[in-house]
Amino acid sequence: MSAATSTRPADATVGAVDTHCPYCALQCGMTLSPAGRASVRVRPRDPSAGGLCQKGWAAAALLGSPARLTTPLVRDGGALRPASWDEAVGLVARRIKEITADRGPDAVAVFGGGGLTNEKAYLLGKFARVALGTSQVDYNGRFCMSSAAAAAHRAFGLDRGLPFPLTDLEGADAVLLAGANPAETMPPFLSHLRRAMDAGGLIVVDPRRTPTAERAALHLAPVPGTDLALALGIFHAAVADGRLDHGFVGDRTTGFDEAWRVAAAWWPERVERVTGVAAADQRRAAAILAEAASAYVLTARGTEQHSTGVDTVGAWINLALALGLPGRRGSGWGCLTGQGNGQGGREHGQKADQLPGYRRIDDPTARAHVAGVWGVEPSALPGPGRSAFELLDALGTPDGPSALLVFASNPVVSAPHSARVADRLAALDLLVVADIVLSETARAADVVLPITQWAEEDGTLTNLEGRVLLRRRALAPPPGVRTDLEVLHDLAVRLGQPPERFPADPETVFTELRAASEGGPADYSGVTWDRLRAGERLHWPVPAGPAFRRPGHQGTPRLFLDRFAHPDGRARFAAVDHKGPAEPPDEEFPLYAITGRVLQHYQSGAQTRRVEELRAAVPEAYVEVHPDTAERAGLRDGAAAAVVGRRGRVLATVRCVPSMRPDVVFLPFHFPGAQRANLVTNPALDPVSRMPEFKVCAVRLSPAGEREAQ
Amino acid sequence: MRTRVVIAGYGMAGARLAEEIRRRDPAGERVAIVAIGDEPHPPYNRVLLSNVLAGAMSAESVRLQEEGWAVAHGVEVRRGREVVSIDRDGRRVTLDDGTLIGYDVLVLATGARAWVPPVEGLTGDDGELAPGVATFRTLDDCAAIAAGARGGVRVAVLGGGLLGLEAARGLAARGNAVTVVHPRAHLMERQLDDGAGQVLAQVLRGLGVRVLLNSRAARYLPGDGLKLDDGRLVEADLVVVAAGVRPQTAQAWVAGLDVEGGVLVDDDLRTSDPFIHAIGDCARHPGTVPGLVQPAWEQAAALAALLTGSRSPYRGTKVVTRLKASGVDLAALGDVHAAPDDPRAEVLWLSEPSRGRYAKLVVRDERVAGAIALGVPDAAAAITQFYDRGLPVPPDRLALLLGRAMPYGEGAASDGGNPAGLSGTSVVCRCNAVSKDTLVAAWRSGARDLTALASATRATTGCGTCTDTVCGIARWLAQSEKAQAAGTAHAPS
Repeated sequence: MSAATSTRPADATVGAVDTHCPYCALQCGMTLSPAGRASVRVRPRDPSAGGLCQKGWAAAALLGSPARLTTPLVRDGGALRPASWDEAVGLVARRIKEITADRGPDAVAVFGGGGLTNEKAYLLGKFARVALGTSQVDYNGRFCMSSAAAAAHRAFGLDRGLPFPLTDLEGADAVLLAGANPAETMPPFLSHLRRAMDAGGLIVVDPRRTPTAERAALHLAPVPGTDLALALGIFHAAVADGRLDHGFVGDRTTGFDEAWRVAAAWWPERVERVTGVAAADQRRAAAILAEAASAYVLTARGTEQHSTGVDTVGAWINLALALGLPGRRGSGWGCLTGQGNGQGGREHGQKADQLPGYRRIDDPTARAHVAGVWGVEPSALPGPGRSAFELLDALGTPDGPSALLVFASNPVVSAPHSARVADRLAALDLLVVADIVLSETARAADVVLPITQWAEEDGTLTNLEGRVLLRRRALAPPPGVRTDLEVLHDLAVRLGQPPERFPADPETVFTELRAASEGGPADYSGVTWDRLRAGERLHWPVPAGPAFRRPGHQGTPRLFLDRFAHPDGRARFAAVDHKGPAEPPDEEFPLYAITGRVLQHYQSGAQTRRVEELRAAVPEAYVEVHPDTAERAGLRDGAAAAVVGRRGRVLATVRCVPSMRPDVVFLPFHFPGAQRANLVTNPALDPVSRMPEFKVCAVRLSPAGEREAQ
Repeated sequence: MRTRVVIAGYGMAGARLAEEIRRRDPAGERVAIVAIGDEPHPPYNRVLLSNVLAGAMSAESVRLQEEGWAVAHGVEVRRGREVVSIDRDGRRVTLDDGTLIGYDVLVLATGARAWVPPVEGLTGDDGELAPGVATFRTLDDCAAIAAGARGGVRVAVLGGGLLGLEAARGLAARGNAVTVVHPRAHLMERQLDDGAGQVLAQVLRGLGVRVLLNSRAARYLPGDGLKLDDGRLVEADLVVVAAGVRPQTAQAWVAGLDVEGGVLVDDDLRTSDPFIHAIGDCARHPGTVPGLVQPAWEQAAALAALLTGSRSPYRGTKVVTRLKASGVDLAALGDVHAAPDDPRAEVLWLSEPSRGRYAKLVVRDERVAGAIALGVPDAAAAITQFYDRGLPVPPDRLALLLGRAMPYGEGAASDGGNPAGLSGTSVVCRCNAVSKDTLVAAWRSGARDLTALASATRATTGCGTCTDTVCGIARWLAQSEKAQAAGTAHAPS
């Protein structure tokens, strides 16, 4: 046992504890009342501020699950066998030293996750840059938030998912959701849209008639991969129908003329032909947004996970800017962050091109500041590394890393073209996975490290509105597991780092994070755990100011009210044009495959598939398809189908859904093995964000029994 | 060695070609471009002129390129000039100012000109339009019409085709009293069948546009208006001529190129001279009809690919006609004239004149062969998708015609209005997957109010938007129980 673990209290439970849900970025408040490990009671903390969905209610089931890992595993003669922490971590440290000595520091890579607390994300990035000295660190948030983040940076000079408090949405008369299905992905969120729904102001853009689209006054169902054209059409309609906010555009933006020059070529009738969305509906969308006293445009993965994701989000922001929504109280543009700490996870240095505080790793001033906090020379910090898919794609290649450490991620299921990713992982000399259960990625590992769950440790997260939350420990972890921080501490020390440089106590790490973030775009220096314990609602930036020790800044609930974050204070229109999907359907693969979520499962399903209540509700993969399309493929409702694309085939049970577009099939991506939706998805990357095109690829549908004749 | 491409005409087609070439050859390493445009303006988007006419857009906002685009992209533009002759042997063109320009490849993108019918008085002895008469083709035309239409004056529009109707609608929206004079029995006869034409006329009349069918103008009387050949007078202070266009092919014809209703081109947009191509309204390709922007832009892309070394043959464009007039939603495509008794086609049609709706679908070999959608915008969008991509149409044709090819599923109940009508398995609380059956069972087990039901089933504990429905179910169960106790009703199941 390391010194860090011996300080842990011996009690199994610590009474009722106010904390937050372990799943999505909404981070609903919940109260945990442990009565032993197998019986932890969950209650919504403040039902008036949003309750819990089925995932949240069932969250505690995994704490006492028999699927839980409680001992390290080491591969031995082809199989994983239990090992002591000393053996497992010792083995990892020894192999890292050997590989680094042989091939240099970039031969060892790190893959993080948007589920890690701020403290873990921060320490993981520091571990990579300082203890390993590698530039090869990225995380699964690249597959999540990167397009929206890049577009927001380009438009506003700063990226915070919602640049306004979530509760501001409660006053909205009109909300356009582009590629968002919160009724399933973050259900309690809908409570904030009641007014808009009642006012007939909810507009949902989604190729599928999702439960969210069913609540909409106007559902726009574009051909997959044509969202950008649709946004241009609504923008065009707004201008043509005299709805442009000339004052706002003139006073607070630049670049309108160039953006309009592109959008002028996308009149609604032309857009209709490309998107299948009626010109009249485009005009109606523009009218609903423009006539509302309070209107918002919100984007999410459906419109962002494309090889043109950044430009597509840029086109939605153009629309919002044309109507004068951003930077004003009671209106705006925002993005619905996905993972629990998708926001904080992208700010504190586990991203290939970033340092803590949302600083750029290629910025000399940022390097000097962070190196100073870390007590190293700026020149010792590596530069930018590969983005997530490029990193996974390079593993085990002559120029790529030959060792990988994975925290809080399951890329065998969640990465695009997942057969390729599994193949690359198999080519590694060393794969280390830290997880709570034996995920599909952990099964492929050489060393598996069992770690704590959300209710067994303290830490902060930053939710979708940029508010810093304190998750609190409700019960002691089972014997034999450690926190990620303890793992990093132990490994760093074994790699020759001074112990104090990698603290295992989360509050100590946070104090260091405050200093590292100070003066950066995401400035947390004025946030303390004591303020969070006292219930303060702090949205970053929260600068400490000169009196670092007595922070008093009240945070920034609403960004951009006076000025946008570009040097000239203005927001920027983006002159973006429609290109279409990287892999359009053709005669061989005539259908569009789109991917998404179901209410009962989260991400790769590693957690939720092991909660019986959730597993029983949705036990396996299915493919939603229009009955006509199913019939043409010789399939009926309930039949076993193969969804076949250029990169692989997915097995799924047919669900005939009459509201589906006849040219589209939908696959949920939470399932493993031959049911992985990502066996067919396209790793074509956005040129700016490096986001893969998860949301559209070309496939055909056939009965599962028939072998494909290639 | 750079290819020197001379583009004769710098409008919708010519300017697009320059952009498409620069998209593929940004630095101009492979292709040098000289463009010759006869209008004094920078290139603009003709499709949007009806918006300009209606006063919704400025002339500036319909420009196709930023000021300085040509310079920044190495495109030499001769503005206000036109090609007057082509020397095919010497591979050079002569401009109207006498300048000679040599080419490796010449592209004709000279477009079309408004056609003025031979009506007495419309033109003067010099062939110029008489005062009070304007065509509707260019930005200058728009300015002339706008100037002449000030103060709500009376306007006669000569021609009830696409352009004439867009002009008429735009002018009516500006407060002018507009009369459309059309020589045929129904409007837009090229794109519509008789039934649709009649409903369209009725819709336009409802928007304040007077429509005269089977009416021929005989004489223009300045100050009075148009005298028709049956003796009637259409009072008008301004006459807008929208009687069709003629491709500009004079120089091509003089140079000996094959011309037949346009300069004939093949799939490489090549004319009968291998060094001369033609695109847009002046060109004639067997796979499309002239006069629309979509074919011109697709031709520009195909030709740009060829000129930059990656051949991408143009196979034609499926044409969908959309009338752009506010308050009217009209799409027409393919063979619209098939009769309901056509033995080789399946023809569905539906006419609802009282609401301005007309829909027709012609199906051959399980594919959309033609359609008209007036006043049914979502049908127009869906049918166009099937037509463009040649997808088999759904077995339920009527649903497609009504715009309901994608029928709406039943959502979670959002009001507590009629809980009895909900099926037992229908999901009431989606956040927690709670069905009506589950709520009924919980109620029977003693959960008699919202709090108890929420605690027993988790219903309402997510987004809370099902609260009304859950309360409604509780009330309904209570009432049923009371009624049952009184022996007057059966229990809910």
